Amino acid sequence: MSEVRVLVGTRKGAFILTSDGNRKQWEISGPHFAGWEIYHVKGSSVDPNRLYASQSSAWFGQQIQRSDDGGKNWEPVGNKFVYEGDPGTHQWYDGTARAWEFKRVWHLEPSLTDPDTVYAGVEDAALFRSVDAGQTWEEMSGLRGHGSGPSWQPGAGGMCLHSIIFDPSNPNRIFIAISAAGAFRSDDGGATWQPINNGLHSLYIPNPTAEVGHCVHHIAMHPARPSVLFMQKHWDVLRTDNGGDLWREISGNLPTDFGFVVDVHAHEPETVYVIPIKSDSEHYVHEGKLRVYRSRTGGDDWEALTNGLPQSDCYVNVLRDAMAVDSLDSCGIYFGTTGGQVYASADSGDNWSALVRDLPSVLSVEVQVLK
Amino acid sequence: MIRVVLPTHLRTLAKVTDEIRLNIQGTVTQRAVMDALEAEYPMLSGTLRDHVTQQRRPFIRFFACEEDLSHWLPDAPLPELVANGTEPFLIIGAIAGG
Repeated sequence: MSEVRVLVGTRKGAFILTSDGNRKQWEISGPHFAGWEIYHVKGSSVDPNRLYASQSSAWFGQQIQRSDDGGKNWEPVGNKFVYEGDPGTHQWYDGTARAWEFKRVWHLEPSLTDPDTVYAGVEDAALFRSVDAGQTWEEMSGLRGHGSGPSWQPGAGGMCLHSIIFDPSNPNRIFIAISAAGAFRSDDGGATWQPINNGLHSLYIPNPTAEVGHCVHHIAMHPARPSVLFMQKHWDVLRTDNGGDLWREISGNLPTDFGFVVDVHAHEPETVYVIPIKSDSEHYVHEGKLRVYRSRTGGDDWEALTNGLPQSDCYVNVLRDAMAVDSLDSCGIYFGTTGGQVYASADSGDNWSALVRDLPSVLSVEVQVLK
Repeated sequence: MIRVVLPTHLRTLAKVTDEIRLNIQGTVTQRAVMDALEAEYPMLSGTLRDHVTQQRRPFIRFFACEEDLSHWLPDAPLPELVANGTEPFLIIGAIAGG
């Protein structure tokens, strides 16, 4: 029987939850890296026992940890993230010029083909790559250098590159997203980039349809449909059917279209999940009810999924990297909250239960299926 | 031998349980201590001073002989009691935030 491994990053350490394919009984290990912020933990799809973790703190900066045995043991690898050349400036919140400054790694994305190659999305927004299993990191400076970089501004959470998606059908195509610059695509393996924000409409920026400047919270893709991406923006849920050349809004009947997470069913490319959040200042679930919304039509028509989720007195948030799906026949959906719960459904969202309730605030959730 | 005490999280990172002893040639300065520390424990690189500027990280403080040495120049000689190993060089994470 398969084994499922859930990798949870929290504000005070990483936790690893494991179960068999029934997904009923879970063992929990952790906290790993106790006391540190673990923004992301992700495993290689080529070697599932190869895990990478972003470990950081305001006091001691950034560490990258690597495991070769599925998270039982870890070793620190390279943590030197240096912008190439003179990094120049971007815009600060008040529009003044601000020097690029590395703060932390938000997201790690192992290559689809090589466990020793891993990409890092960082704050202040940039893309780095290691080809030696995390020992050294090199900036893919074509992103910051493509032209619009000086005009990028941070969102409230910082100017972070939080989403990295590879096109499994085209090794040269990479999608990334930045708060609050927008989405970008490379068609040459990361050497050069172009903004792909046509169709986004953001009322709170001076030019609502600007080429860059949109606060994209997360993007998701089903590997069988690499030209179709879904986006959760700071307001609006959108999709593109042509690799980002044009987006259209699919918020439809959502109670609010603000949120952070978006993900796609493992076997149904038109089944999409979001968790609406009340904004602009509250950043907790709407009406005190934790509800996952599912569309089986690729957007526009959404249904609330609530069985097993608290429907009163619940005021948690679900952050942008804190939802994942597994690839078992009955697709499992997982998400973690700022209240420290990790919820899971083993039936595509029809029913939910808490795998664990009292972790530190959850920053990220990833899941692996091990044969 | 110079005695160095790390903050708890960095002791865990460096896999040490007690104070560290370093053999430093020449004048014992903050820079010399950092260089020796990072050479002996490469995982500490970037945790106490910035990779590029080599400036002390803002929330890291240095103490010795009941004195805050955080704002001493990196190449200023440390107190003799530190240099001869009588007193430890204390590296402390600032008590700030949550």
